Amino acid sequence: MSPIVSAMIIAIVLLNTAAMVWLLLWMRKRRGEPQTAGDTTGHVWDGDLREYNNPLPRWWLWLFLISVAFALAYLLLYPGLGDRRGTLGWTQVKQWEEMQAAQERSARSILARFDGRDPAALAGDPAAVAIGRNLFANNCAACHGSDGRGATGFPNLTDGDWLWGGDPETIVTTVSQGRVGVMAPWIDVLGEKGVDDAAAYVLSLSGRKAPKGDVAAGQAQFNTYCTACHGPDGRGNTAVGAPNLTDGIWLHGGSAAKVRETIAHGRQNAMPAQEARLGDTRIRLLAAYVISLRGPTRVAALDSR
Amino acid sequence: MNAVSYNDKVIRQFAVMTLVWGVVGMLVGVIIASQLLFPALNFDLPWLTFSRLRPLHTNAVIFAFGGSAIFATSYYIVQRTCHTRLFSDGLAAFTFWGWQLVIVLAAISLPMGWTTGKEYAELEWPIDLLIAVVWVAYAVVFLGTLAKRKVEHIYVANWFFAAFIITVAVLHIVNSAEIPVTLTKSYSAYAGVVDAMVQWWYGHNAVGFFLTAAFLGMMYYFVPKQAGRPVYSYRLSIVHFWSLISIYMWAGPHHLHYTTLPDWAQTIGMVFSLMLIAPSWGGMINGIMTLSGAWHKLRDDPILKFLIVSLSFYGMSTFEGPMMSIKTVNALSHYTDWTIGHVHSGALGWVAMVTVGSMYMLIPRLWGQTKMWSTRLIDVHFWTTTIGIVLYTVSMWIAGVTQGLMWRATNPDGTLTYSFVEALKATYPYYAIRLVGGLLVFGGMLLMVYNVVKTIGQGRPTTVAIPAPAATHAPQPA
Repeated sequence: MSPIVSAMIIAIVLLNTAAMVWLLLWMRKRRGEPQTAGDTTGHVWDGDLREYNNPLPRWWLWLFLISVAFALAYLLLYPGLGDRRGTLGWTQVKQWEEMQAAQERSARSILARFDGRDPAALAGDPAAVAIGRNLFANNCAACHGSDGRGATGFPNLTDGDWLWGGDPETIVTTVSQGRVGVMAPWIDVLGEKGVDDAAAYVLSLSGRKAPKGDVAAGQAQFNTYCTACHGPDGRGNTAVGAPNLTDGIWLHGGSAAKVRETIAHGRQNAMPAQEARLGDTRIRLLAAYVISLRGPTRVAALDSR
Repeated sequence: MNAVSYNDKVIRQFAVMTLVWGVVGMLVGVIIASQLLFPALNFDLPWLTFSRLRPLHTNAVIFAFGGSAIFATSYYIVQRTCHTRLFSDGLAAFTFWGWQLVIVLAAISLPMGWTTGKEYAELEWPIDLLIAVVWVAYAVVFLGTLAKRKVEHIYVANWFFAAFIITVAVLHIVNSAEIPVTLTKSYSAYAGVVDAMVQWWYGHNAVGFFLTAAFLGMMYYFVPKQAGRPVYSYRLSIVHFWSLISIYMWAGPHHLHYTTLPDWAQTIGMVFSLMLIAPSWGGMINGIMTLSGAWHKLRDDPILKFLIVSLSFYGMSTFEGPMMSIKTVNALSHYTDWTIGHVHSGALGWVAMVTVGSMYMLIPRLWGQTKMWSTRLIDVHFWTTTIGIVLYTVSMWIAGVTQGLMWRATNPDGTLTYSFVEALKATYPYYAIRLVGGLLVFGGMLLMVYNVVKTIGQGRPTTVAIPAPAATHAPQPA
């Protein structure tokens, strides 16, 4: 702030305040003007509107003066008079940093014993899962839902169906590095009819019938264009995040129209990387919580896979 | 050259529209309060979503209901206390039709989603221009009438109206500075935190001048008139007028505590808000103490009850506001429903109640009657409104403090104790109580409409001759 602006701010603030105090004290005294009958000011409007000239209530006068005194003291102690810093040296950034540091110290003392632990093991530790649940509610629930069951476009974390793999270290990688899933648009390659056919075949993989499209022609398209990612049997590939198309689980909607839309126009989806925000230990606790969502048997099953 | 009668036609028009917009605005309020309980009431239609109806509600109650009431009462008061006809009948009629056009355009454009995104200044640039033109016409009519007054002193109510008109013109023009892109889209002339500061300088002074100074003007006429008593203290009115209008100007930054607004501006916003308590209470004291010596009138005059209770709510919310502007309190209250409760104790408790009381006194007079068709219905209206407002504000206090505490509760492990949904769930019962309160207030407005229709039905528009000013008060011959 330039010294001129600073001086202007100080001058206007203090002048406004001083003018109020001056007016207050001036009006406090009964001035020497002659008082008319009934002690009103003598002015009459609209037949019967008059004004008394009662003195300012003393309690009100003091209320005003005390609020002014408080304001001036506060302006000295805290930043407020232009560029002046305030004698306490307080700033909101400093206050925030101190609160953050205190919070982090407290958290560190609790989190330290989980450093570098295996999420699968942590999933059996109720204390770790409780912290993981809190972390999930704060950081993940907005997309994946408070219960972890996701929404259209946001994967369900409780169904055992993993786009990128569900073993503990892969979950840690997914959370810390994030993921970007891309399905290419095929309308330009397949044309309208080709998309209809492909959609019909894809739906047939989970035993469903499409309203239109030739399944056999669709299978031919699928074998040419889709198997590279989704595999010859359509069961997907966690190495590239390609979903299993046979299990009836649809990230972007499973209606015939939505499946068709996905094939025609493609999809882009992203899970943001959390490492810089949360750090390794919190991510391990989160992974433990996510694993615990499927219960202990699921964890065992994963380990054997 | 000297007119012999008052121009009451434009006042009758504004008075009727006050009721119409009051019902419409409060109905939209009831609808959006219901949507917060039952989101399905959006009906999946974009123009019925909370996000579009909420600005419609605020614009309808503040600028349509409150605005029409201000036009009606200020035109009435300035003529009666200046003993002269309005400066220009044609311009006054223009302000009526112009203001109604603004409201109709708002009622169309806001549900369409055409918005500047500035709270209480959502209307897009063509409507902003129309508002500016109508407002300048209003200033000419009002100040012109003051200039040709037949009495020497300007009555206190007119100080407040004049300050309100001039300030709102400045606020509106500065805050609405925007660069048009299309007919329905513009971008603010300011950027970043400067934009936020201009917006809340406007926003808080909209409260201070539109919703406070103007209604104090209303109070300063209707309270002493209805009580039949002189105003309590002339010098108190001088002190609280000047302190109120100068200190309000600084209070806006308290809407931006703990943001990127520089610390010094936040501090000034807070300390000037605290210094606002006494100036605000000056108006309350002057109103309530006007009744001293005539307290018994409160027993059987429901109009006075409306006026006096409105002053009590005014005193309460002008204490609550400064408390909420203290940084440590604000850290709890900001972004919660406490703010909504505070706004409604001011907007319903003070603004709507003083308006309703004034209208109950004004309307019979405009149609040649001495009183409303049913005094009993006024009393019923008084109680439904009072109970409704208490339910509204108390439920929002509890909801707001609950939210504030739940949002910031932290665990020793550094995480937040509650997810957003948990805090929302905790608030749910209070949303139901708020809806009941809102329905009571809205129901009271319907009673008022019935009473007014009956009153107007048994009367007819009258022409009132201008009485000569009191001999002691006419201008001295030069």
